Amino acid sequence: MSAAHLIFYVLGTGAVLSSALMLLPNTGRNPIHSALWLIASLFCVAGVYALLSAHLLTALQIIVYAGAVMVLFTFVIMLLNLSPSEIQEPKLSPVKIIGGALSLFVLGKLTTAIALVTQGARPVDLHHHAYAEFGTVKAVGKMLYTSFMVPFELASVLLLVAAVGAVVLAKKSLHYVDAPEPPPAKLTRLAHRPEDAQEGTPPDSHGGHH
Amino acid sequence: MSDIPLSEILILGAVLFSIGLVGVLTRRNILVLLMSVEVMLNAVNVTLVGFSRYHGWNEGHVLAFFIIAVAAAEAAVGLALVLAVFRTKGTVWIDELKLLRR
Repeated sequence: MSAAHLIFYVLGTGAVLSSALMLLPNTGRNPIHSALWLIASLFCVAGVYALLSAHLLTALQIIVYAGAVMVLFTFVIMLLNLSPSEIQEPKLSPVKIIGGALSLFVLGKLTTAIALVTQGARPVDLHHHAYAEFGTVKAVGKMLYTSFMVPFELASVLLLVAAVGAVVLAKKSLHYVDAPEPPPAKLTRLAHRPEDAQEGTPPDSHGGHH
Repeated sequence: MSDIPLSEILILGAVLFSIGLVGVLTRRNILVLLMSVEVMLNAVNVTLVGFSRYHGWNEGHVLAFFIIAVAAAEAAVGLALVLAVFRTKGTVWIDELKLLRR
């Protein structure tokens, strides 16, 4: 076993363990702890990318995921300011057991499929001159700006729409969020019907004047 | 550098994907749910990078790049929705979110 293989094991175990700790009831009950474990997991996966000589993706993983997305997560968690009673996860229910069993089933199916696919797989030799630029920022960037030009531009449009949409959704002055006006009269009547019955005076009692 | 078996990379991706699936199916906190979705997208990226390492193709990296872009957009919109829902309903539990109206 070479050093790269050993490092792969360490990083892979770290990624799996920290993702699991993100979900376990003791360590992952508080969302901020979950977010911190997720950051650890993302860093381990970035290390795996580096081992597989994906230079651009290693940088992007750290900059975009650990840098931008996780800052957004921790920011929102701290903005919500949940009290300890609000983060108490409900007890084990049949739905959860079914969900866990379903995930194990998916893992089993994936493992058998992987065992079938990877028989006799040999990696290409990166020292060969044809793969001299494999995974580098230059090679992947050139591909992004030539063969994948249209998807690249569409991705920028998607990010723009997502940014504008996030601002609109999270804005405080949406009329249905603040709701300064009372609900319509009919809905008010329906909502207070038991109290009207207790009062014993129907709201349209003036109808008996003639 | 090249002696990591493809099967082990794919197993790592499968295990991470299953952990994310467990989170999506069992946790009821919408914030942890979104984090589990991120883990699942990340697992798919591991698989893509492993396959492109074995074929020597850069296309897998480009696809993983697009997945990262989609994950960032999903996180931004999802967290904005969490904020809007928390303002109207005052909860982060998806079990309590049954109605489309207020």
